[in-house]
Amino acid sequence: MTGNRSASLFAFALLAPALIYITIIVAYPLFDTIVLSFTNAALRPTYDFVGWANYQRIFGAGNFTEVIVRTFIWTFFSVATKMVIGVLGATLLNAAIPGQTVFRILTMPPWIVPMAIGIFMWGWMYNGQFGMISGLLQNFGLIDGPWPILAQGSSAFWATIVTDVWIGVPMVTIYMLAAMQSIPKDLYEAAWTDGAGRFYRFRRITLPLMIPALLTMSLLSMIATFNSFDIIWILTQGGPSGTTTTMIIDTYKTAMGSRKYGEGAARAVVICIFVSLFCIAYFRAVRKLSQGEAK
Amino acid sequence: MIDRYKWYEIVLMYAGMAVFLFFVLAPFIEGFLVSLKPLAQLFSTPYSFIPKNGSFDAYFSMWVSVPALGMHIFNSFFISSVVTLIVVCIVVPAAYAFARFQFGGSGLLLGAFLAVNMFSGAVLLIPLFRLMRQLGLLNSYWAMIVPGAAFLIPSSIWLLRTYMMRIPKELDEAAWVDGASRLYTLRRVILPLAMPGIVVVAIMTFIGAYAQQFIFALTFNSKTEFMPLPVGLFAFFGKQEVQWNELMAASFVGILPVMIVIVFLQRYLVAGLTAGAVKQ
Repeated sequence: MTGNRSASLFAFALLAPALIYITIIVAYPLFDTIVLSFTNAALRPTYDFVGWANYQRIFGAGNFTEVIVRTFIWTFFSVATKMVIGVLGATLLNAAIPGQTVFRILTMPPWIVPMAIGIFMWGWMYNGQFGMISGLLQNFGLIDGPWPILAQGSSAFWATIVTDVWIGVPMVTIYMLAAMQSIPKDLYEAAWTDGAGRFYRFRRITLPLMIPALLTMSLLSMIATFNSFDIIWILTQGGPSGTTTTMIIDTYKTAMGSRKYGEGAARAVVICIFVSLFCIAYFRAVRKLSQGEAK
Repeated sequence: MIDRYKWYEIVLMYAGMAVFLFFVLAPFIEGFLVSLKPLAQLFSTPYSFIPKNGSFDAYFSMWVSVPALGMHIFNSFFISSVVTLIVVCIVVPAAYAFARFQFGGSGLLLGAFLAVNMFSGAVLLIPLFRLMRQLGLLNSYWAMIVPGAAFLIPSSIWLLRTYMMRIPKELDEAAWVDGASRLYTLRRVILPLAMPGIVVVAIMTFIGAYAQQFIFALTFNSKTEFMPLPVGLFAFFGKQEVQWNELMAASFVGILPVMIVIVFLQRYLVAGLTAGAVKQ
């Protein structure tokens, strides 16, 4: 028993730096956000507790509900597209054809390059007067004049999604490739011997066995997309007239732009609640999957 | 080897890859071509993809237009390096603890670390801002290093734990039987064997630290002397008359080192990624 206890002590000693660090930099701020959301904290040094006033204000305005809905639409389209392209990409990268290694390396840049820098490049591509997209469409006569993609609400909304997809696709592709490669080869060989065609094998072996990975990745991707800040901030800063303002952008503007810390914190708490729900879904999925593995 | 692909299947696959790669690489190709074009050509219609009289002039003139550029690049590297150092020092013992010891609440703690991953720095910005101010870290390298490292620790613990679990437990036990202390075992037996895993974690942390240098740097630091490249360029990007060719040239210089690292280490990276991903 003493050996066991000393082992536990040793383990805790090894864990201590990580625990202390995360407690101070993540757990305490999380707690502080909740406390602040019930205050009228702003630029001035002192503040009072105001109960649910912040929550009443943000949900009363009507504007915030709109932002929540928009965030979900934004997240849904971005994640769905990432998953489809990721699975297709992984299928291609998994095929036994020459040039595979080169293709794998060339897939990765958007994920590896510092996010902001990739976004600057998109910023130029979207330039209405002289950018590549507007320019090429004009050259081919598909549009008459310059197309200010980021200055018009609907196109700006979809443009930020495209950029988010672009950044997320490599990660999804590599993860899906890993999942595909972990499927035992003899399953395919057995099916092939039985005369199953390639598409049939994909539908009946590859897809069902990839469901766990698909589920995990879409949840992780959902959380990342939901929290996405850099893309929208660099491309549009939430504009034009709020059409690309997601919850994170809204929170940032309230807190850091207007210095309304209390109101910003209330928004952050709402985000945390949504993220926690995603988390719970994620953990349940992981547990279910690991139980399935044990069988 | 089961059935061979038919010729049209191969053609289709290469076509698919071409489309896929075009989507992935178009911004880089366009960005590179823009960096070669003279400014006047950028702002003329009709749009042309290929530069006329292309030159590398922007790669020289940008150092004059953005005097702090060299400093921004240095800052990015410095911040990422210190973050990597901190993360590796914290993660190696923690991953070992999770890989080898079952203790009260170990599963719960592991889950808690995973949950940290889900909360982005953007959500915790307000209290982090207050915390940094209280600690007197605003407008310094630490304002970016300290929160940056925190959000990279959890995933690294998970990755390295998976790696360490594949090192046979018998090796630890043999060392203990020989009278080695636990710490000695970790240092002399596990550490050398886990080196490839640690290298993967270090590379991924470095890339992650480099990539996330935006929101913390934007919010917690306003001094040019500490600004990392992304925020430095964003300030440049926000100006009315953007020298787009120079901005693109500067972007390429900023990403080149990371790309070189990747090309040389991609084999380790894919191996590390897949190990972490599948077993999770």
